[in-house]
Amino acid sequence: MPGSNIIQCDVCQSNEAEVFLTQIVGGKMQKVNLCKSCSKDRGVDDPTGFALTELLAGLGTSTETEKPAVAHGSGESSGETTTVVTAAKCPVCGFTQADFKKTGRLGCSECYQTFTESLGSLLKAMHKGTHHTGKMPVALARRKEITERMKSLQDNLQKAVRDEDYENAASLRDQIRRLSGQMGN
Amino acid sequence: MKFSSLIASPGEWMRTDGPHHDIVISSRVRLARNLRDLPFPGWAKKADRIAILEQLKPQVESLGEMDDAFTEYLQDLSALEKQVLVERHLISREHAAKGIGSAVVMNRQQTLSIMINEEDHLRMQAIRCGFQLKNAYKLANKADNALEDTLEFAYSPQLGYLTACPTNVGTGMRASAMLHLPALVLDENINKVIQAVNKIGLAVRGLYGEGTEAMGNLFQVSNQTTLGEKEEDIINRLGKVIEQIIEHERSARQTLLEKKRTMLVDQIGRAYGILSHAFSMNSKEALNFLSLIRLGVDLGFFPSAFRLPADELFMETQPAHLQKNSQQKLSADERDALRAEIVRGKLRNFPAPDLSKGTSNGHGKEGAKD
Repeated sequence: MPGSNIIQCDVCQSNEAEVFLTQIVGGKMQKVNLCKSCSKDRGVDDPTGFALTELLAGLGTSTETEKPAVAHGSGESSGETTTVVTAAKCPVCGFTQADFKKTGRLGCSECYQTFTESLGSLLKAMHKGTHHTGKMPVALARRKEITERMKSLQDNLQKAVRDEDYENAASLRDQIRRLSGQMGN
Repeated sequence: MKFSSLIASPGEWMRTDGPHHDIVISSRVRLARNLRDLPFPGWAKKADRIAILEQLKPQVESLGEMDDAFTEYLQDLSALEKQVLVERHLISREHAAKGIGSAVVMNRQQTLSIMINEEDHLRMQAIRCGFQLKNAYKLANKADNALEDTLEFAYSPQLGYLTACPTNVGTGMRASAMLHLPALVLDENINKVIQAVNKIGLAVRGLYGEGTEAMGNLFQVSNQTTLGEKEEDIINRLGKVIEQIIEHERSARQTLLEKKRTMLVDQIGRAYGILSHAFSMNSKEALNFLSLIRLGVDLGFFPSAFRLPADELFMETQPAHLQKNSQQKLSADERDALRAEIVRGKLRNFPAPDLSKGTSNGHGKEGAKD
């Protein structure tokens, strides 16, 4: 019967779908069918403003890998292998794993620490790598550079003293002094 | 700066020049940043959101780039004003839905727009005309550098910048280009291109109706991942792919001219005829026909002086821009009638397409790369 060919909207499950979205991400095909009003609600009629993955996350069909978070630093030793999953709660903002499942978003920056275990596999599936290699805050980068330079100066100083190269050692000591001055700023 | 003067002039990116502007409409880069240990906007209580906003807003406003900025709390903008900003890509749809506790600050040229308390505490977006991803990144990065002088952003050495959504963690950067690809759509090669782009981890977005046609033949290509790759590498990778898509579109245009000329001139001629004579037109229909007029200008069927008026119609026929001068809210039918009227008025000055012309080496080919 041709009437049965009507495709339902994946969001409201009642209207006829008129917008058909397909996105292939990393070889995985994702399809969503939406009716006119739901597509509008979700901003799909703006070709620049939506992401299918976000739509999917909202529908609970995202491809996230789930793993119960283990309560972090709680010191409770259950001793049993069949631990009842205590819902981990972010100590800073009170966000829980269930909240994450519901919203697909985290509560605050500390949540990345709190839910580090369950996030690990998710981030791995989502991204190209698991370590940030890009920009870091300039102040932090500067501090890191100074720390590294300090370490290398100190190593050289030790070596110079060992080798009884006192002239070099004196110069290194002056450089270390200047650098410590900078660190104070 | 007042809202009225903001919308009176088009944004810098809408001037339709810049490298490869015949195919690349605009390049955008946005950076997501958050303050350390404070709840993300979606989780924060109203009082927290307001406190964060009041901490961030003066800092953002004091950026050198924000001299004579347009700055406004979201609750003080009308629904229509918000929609105008969305149509100009100056705020996101998500941000437009916000009220108390959120704000937007944008520079006079409309090249830098900073949303406060969108999904993240800060969303800094730079938008440039044509193919200028690197320049867009420079602009956003400069704002980021200036702000982190006084603000402590959430950052972890392993995961980089921490964002409300794990899809943005790392660089917090989304770089994208809006591409106009009518020839690839007409010769039905667009799906191949989209699939190839998707395969290498980049996202192509566009509205798909029945079939494979996107609205106005406009497609947005962007990076999908933000962790594990440097900003410059992401932008270079994206840029190389966009260069390839530009080449594909150019050769598709050449093929149409040489092998499917009748179909091509028929499409452009019909678009011109309907736009010049219609009395009611929805925005999708308008965009699809305007796309063909734009192609007609690119191929030399219309004098190049008509590029700007044609491009302006892309924006002027959007629902909110259409209504911005109306006193009361228009119904859908009234909008469609007004849209047709505006289009007819502008096309009255257009000469009929000179279909004896036609060269894909017309305008904009020799754009310098950024």
